[in-house]
Amino acid sequence: MLSADRSASTGNSAAPDRASYDVAIIGSGVVGCAIARSFAIRGWSTLILDKGGDIIEGASKGNSALLHTGFDEPTGSLELEMIKLGFSTYERIHERMNLPLVRTGALVVAWDEEQLEKLPAIAALAAENGVPNVYVIDRAELRRREPHLADGALGAVAVDDEGIIDPWSAPLGYMRQALMHGARYVTRAEVSNFERVNDQWRIRSSAGTFAASLVVNAAGLFGDHVERMAGRDPGFTIRPRKGQFVVYDKPAHDLVNAIILRVPTHRTKGVLLSRTVYGNLLLGPTADDQDDRVHANVDQASLKRIIGEGEAMLPGLVGQTVTATFAGLRPATEHRDFQLKADAGMHWITVGGIRSTGLSASLGLGEWAATEGSKILGDPRAAPADDDLDWPVMNNLAASRPRPYQSEGRSPIVCHCEWVTENEIVEALEGDLPARTLGGLKRRTRVMMGRCQGFGCSGAVKRLAPHLVGLDTVAPSLPEAAE
Amino acid sequence: MNLEPDVLIVGGGPAGLSAARVLAQRGISDVLVIDRETEAGGIPRYCAHPTFGLTDYFRPMTGPSYAAKLRAAVDPALIASNTTVTAISPDLEVRASTLSGERMLRPKRILLAMGIRETPRSARLISGDRPANILTTGALQRMMAEGHTLPFKRPIIIGTELVSFSSIMTLRDAKVRAVAMIEPGERIIARRPSDVLTSLFLGTPVWLKTQLISINATPDNASVLASVTIETEGQGRRDVPCDAVIFTGSFVPEASLMGAMPAQLRDPGTRGPAVDQHWRLPDPRLYAAGNVLRAVETAAWAAREGAAAGNAIADDLIGLQQVADRSIRISCTGPVTSLVPAIIAVPGGAPGPLQMAVRMGRRARGSFTLAVDGKVIWKSRPLDALPHRRIRLTRDLPDLTHASSVEIGFEESPAS
Repeated sequence: MLSADRSASTGNSAAPDRASYDVAIIGSGVVGCAIARSFAIRGWSTLILDKGGDIIEGASKGNSALLHTGFDEPTGSLELEMIKLGFSTYERIHERMNLPLVRTGALVVAWDEEQLEKLPAIAALAAENGVPNVYVIDRAELRRREPHLADGALGAVAVDDEGIIDPWSAPLGYMRQALMHGARYVTRAEVSNFERVNDQWRIRSSAGTFAASLVVNAAGLFGDHVERMAGRDPGFTIRPRKGQFVVYDKPAHDLVNAIILRVPTHRTKGVLLSRTVYGNLLLGPTADDQDDRVHANVDQASLKRIIGEGEAMLPGLVGQTVTATFAGLRPATEHRDFQLKADAGMHWITVGGIRSTGLSASLGLGEWAATEGSKILGDPRAAPADDDLDWPVMNNLAASRPRPYQSEGRSPIVCHCEWVTENEIVEALEGDLPARTLGGLKRRTRVMMGRCQGFGCSGAVKRLAPHLVGLDTVAPSLPEAAE
Repeated sequence: MNLEPDVLIVGGGPAGLSAARVLAQRGISDVLVIDRETEAGGIPRYCAHPTFGLTDYFRPMTGPSYAAKLRAAVDPALIASNTTVTAISPDLEVRASTLSGERMLRPKRILLAMGIRETPRSARLISGDRPANILTTGALQRMMAEGHTLPFKRPIIIGTELVSFSSIMTLRDAKVRAVAMIEPGERIIARRPSDVLTSLFLGTPVWLKTQLISINATPDNASVLASVTIETEGQGRRDVPCDAVIFTGSFVPEASLMGAMPAQLRDPGTRGPAVDQHWRLPDPRLYAAGNVLRAVETAAWAAREGAAAGNAIADDLIGLQQVADRSIRISCTGPVTSLVPAIIAVPGGAPGPLQMAVRMGRRARGSFTLAVDGKVIWKSRPLDALPHRRIRLTRDLPDLTHASSVEIGFEESPAS
């Protein structure tokens, strides 16, 4: 038997279990979710396996939530191509899914004469990259647009098309659309071995063995490991790059209008300041290389350092309340560019080394993988017209659009920081892609994500989702008595 | 809903409900109390221990009975529960989310009585992983209100304020015993009887001069807590296994609503509202009382402030209180971090006796000083001033008609 079904115990999607799938996607980060969408809407029978309990539990859960244009990417890179395709696809489809896109624009701000001299080259690169509405502005114009920036801001490159999105609802929407088009999603399915038998991949996992004609490796931080499991030479090694962030409370939101970027150095783009669609202000990231692929810890010294940098750029930040601190791990490799390979002979597609721009590039990567995959599967199908697809309508979490707490007949608000209603929590626990971890519930609703971090809503969460409170906390063995 | 009340009270805790009671007694009936919870009563609703009522009802009461007592003194028709104020515009237009949709309110006066919250892990910038079971006392008590099972057995408690001991009592109801309480200072912050209680009844050790360094997840799963790393002065660092971390105290005003309001309405120390001796903000339509003014007082104290603010608003609406010609902000210097009132409304003539509640940022020995225009006009007896304590000073103020600054400071005694 090839496909041992343990969906009852792992709570997996209800799509029929098949003896064999056209495509198996390893990983359900934002890239895996978008790839699943692109295959499923083309009618391919699609299986997604993830070792976690929910989508986006690895690299994708911590990022800066920007939708990039690709204005500053190397010309001719795969990364640029994917970002541009991802950006235009998101622009086209987000309204149908009720996903936000707040077009804040970005400003690459020069803080000294040397940086000022680099601005024309940044604008020229954007032009070469085919990104429109990019131009240099002078100090007076910068001051007019961003009156709260420190006096040392000398000028900027304006990138009008950059924006911010909801980094959690977007992949959730992609996966839900894949499920609506018949995909099957299996969680807590950690893959351990791939074997090519009779033109089929036999995939062994902790949730059973599955078969598929084509494998897409979107395993993010473990992409190189998965390549090796299939006896392949990945040609890259993941060396996680950690980014730590500070989220400020809502009163700080209006201190900036655009995304405030730094003139990049050879190593890092530096910390940025950005509004979030939820109505907060985001500061970060750091860029710390590490070997650990599991732990995205924050450290006080780094947080204080970026807070200092933020306050130097934006003096109004001093004394603002910190709502959250978090860190994300990005699957960086020794290569500058994305690691994309379509191996027609082995029916294997690698989508590796998707660093910090994965959120922006994901829909592009989905389209690329499904286009290459369709060729490999012997039927180069295009995606159907948008009007012919089923679309999930996502619960809106963005402050720029109506939210449930504002509606007549709402249920009680249980999270008073983020104004999350009881019904939103109930709904997040139901449906085709219910929250299966506490983190998943938080990302679907923003409950416990506000300035009080659960001071007010923990009781309601325990009442409504008792199975998620403590699910991840099987206690390690502890000494019984106090010292 | 009454969209144009004479008085809108934001927050139905001890301060807000007490203000509503007094306003009714004074004949001001056009009052609306907005409370975001399903039932008004505030934080005492979640403290199931008989530590309430002694100073105002003269008998021990549990938090829920105390809250019920406060509620019973107010006409239920005046309380809108399940209602959240989401914004107050600079011209005092109030946006509220109600069960029947959003409403805009235009009250004549607003009393801000939103209370406080504890500072969670994030705002303390604590290092380490971000596993589950990192909570505050408030979260703990709300979880217990939903049934006495908890997803952990051996928590560690950060802090030794009064609320920290409240968390220990709450844990005891769930038959959970904490590994320890840790406190960076050299003594417990709560008043002395508490540590007797701790050591005698509750069996939880208190580790002083000890700081939390980091929160550590298990090697395989970053969402499962394994231990905390702590550092004790003179003893270095060590890992303490635990399955929850409870951050207690470090209360801050729940005052995000003031984010869109002019900065001069806030106290630079607390970032909550700044009030004068009549509980009035620099905008004469705005008042504040209770713990939103500073961290943290007992429910009874917050209720007393609410009642006093209710009286002040009644005076104002009846026409007994004149708007002062001007006001002077009292600045805090040295180890003094906050003062209620933070502003003196200056009438013609001497303001009379002023009651001040002072807060220290650290322990200091010496005398409080009150200076007008840089000249010390009064010095208190020498005392040992501790942080997290309410220190009450009463002083007759001179005529401040021509004064431009008032400063409260602390002159430390030379180390003996």
